[in-house]
Amino acid sequence: MMGMTITEKILAAHAGMDRVEPGQLINVKVDLVLGNDITAPVAIREFDRIGVETVWDRERVVLVPDHFVPNKDIMSAEQAKQLREFARKHRLTNYFEVGRMGVEHCLLPEQGLVGPGDLVIGADSHTCTYGGLGAFSTGVGSTDLAAAMALGETWLKVPESIKFVFNGELPRWVGGKDLILYIIGQIGVDGALYMAMEFTGPAIEALNIDGRMTMANMAIEAGAKNGIVPPDEVTRAYVENRAKRPYTFYQSDPDANYARVIEIDVSKLEPQIAFPHLPENTRPVSEATDVAIDQVVIGSCTNGRLSDLQLAAEVLKGHRVSDNLRLLVIPGTQEIYLQAMKEGLVEQFINAGAAVSTPTCGPCLGGHMGILARGERALATTNRNFVGRMGHPESEVYLCNPAVAAASAVLGRIAAPWEVE
Amino acid sequence: MALQGKAWKFGADVDTDAIIPARYLNTSDPAELAKHCMEDADPEFPNKMQPGDIIVADKNFGCGSSREHAPIAIKAAGVSCVIAKSYARIFYRNAFNIGLPIFECAEAAEAIEEGDEVAVDAARGIVKNLTKNETYQATPVPEFMQQIIDAGGLIDYVAKRLRPTDQA
Repeated sequence: MMGMTITEKILAAHAGMDRVEPGQLINVKVDLVLGNDITAPVAIREFDRIGVETVWDRERVVLVPDHFVPNKDIMSAEQAKQLREFARKHRLTNYFEVGRMGVEHCLLPEQGLVGPGDLVIGADSHTCTYGGLGAFSTGVGSTDLAAAMALGETWLKVPESIKFVFNGELPRWVGGKDLILYIIGQIGVDGALYMAMEFTGPAIEALNIDGRMTMANMAIEAGAKNGIVPPDEVTRAYVENRAKRPYTFYQSDPDANYARVIEIDVSKLEPQIAFPHLPENTRPVSEATDVAIDQVVIGSCTNGRLSDLQLAAEVLKGHRVSDNLRLLVIPGTQEIYLQAMKEGLVEQFINAGAAVSTPTCGPCLGGHMGILARGERALATTNRNFVGRMGHPESEVYLCNPAVAAASAVLGRIAAPWEVE
Repeated sequence: MALQGKAWKFGADVDTDAIIPARYLNTSDPAELAKHCMEDADPEFPNKMQPGDIIVADKNFGCGSSREHAPIAIKAAGVSCVIAKSYARIFYRNAFNIGLPIFECAEAAEAIEEGDEVAVDAARGIVKNLTKNETYQATPVPEFMQQIIDAGGLIDYVAKRLRPTDQA
């Protein structure tokens, strides 16, 4: 009998089965479900229609207002209020108010609410982030969230897996963001449609947990159901003092079945830039240095973690933000913000001429806190560069890693980090 | 409901930000969302489409965000169904869950031209191009999902499971 992939093992365990096969429809128990201030109001409406008295487990239904908070307008305030009232009514233990919250996919791992071997669904497409810890996690819509809030279960189709093997040593300034952008550029925005992306190899083992979460986070940008990194000692070091529940390390069997195996030599890679209007439009940074920009955003569930801010600060050291642009730095959580203050990063950003904001998804999806005017161009460490993503439909978004973002903020155009060294 | 109307063509990788931009997501009211349906793909779409009309698109329709507001906006605008070569997986699931009929049919997506009058036999997955007098076969729906549709969508399906006696 064939071996199983890590994704298949987690799914089988949660379906109460010994093994599962790609294509199989299974009913699974979920460990945690998640909603935010955009998706949860719809889920709450549907949940109330089911007619159950309360949620399946008040400790495992997590609500994080993060997209349009601190409330950007009256209507957003009404939506955030619905989450607050639902959390109170059902005595949810994991509702995160402004001032204690963070960008959801930075927050949940940090708070130890997700761990290796978990099965998590969230009404946010970037829920796949937790694959960076060796969990199976995937984004769903509000109605699926509502059903799981009531049942503690959901149904899934077992995905086929693509194995990516990253060989070689990562060059300086190249990280998880570049690896994921590079492969999306190779396979396209539907290159892993309905599939699991498994990230392996020496270059992945060398990545810190933040970089691994960045990679899993953008699996959805290739159409994938989930992205996953085999858990190891790096994972253990991150979760052992955080995890609020027991966790399990699953590993793919050597004879597991893959739809494709793709090998990549990272040793010659440059930082990657995704040009408008799809994440697959990638080019090495050295082929993008003639693009003038109006705004740089460092933050989001993709690159708003402490090591991202440390990297940006390192590049900014001794420099000032170009007179021609705005640099926005948005720490992913309050804990990250506080740590960045303790390390002097926030002071450094402000002295360089950047705006530093409380955690929010804000500009990433064109919500607030940095909307683009017609014809403006942004470079962002976020995850999507669709038409109108950060504001006016005739504005543009380019995607990159935090080091490139910082160097570009100094030079007023897309720039490689080595240009400001 | 009869699925028949004029075809409006869209390209590949139509993302959910194009279907319903996030600047309108400070509400989940279907009527409000409908006013901005497909706005960043075609700003005139909400004004020029008629109830019953059909969206015909290329591959990977609905990619990007998990926002259920996307199929809700399309349904509330009066679009009777969507036909595409393929769908992003979260959109696909959301459409079934909220009761927006969608069909996967590469042949139809290729052959149908903007303005063609199209009718769909949902039960059999047959797409008829009345203008060109052609028919195309859509990919059958997985049996599991058919049960959800038969129950009237996911919420009714769950309600039935949790309170079986109420349904008697």
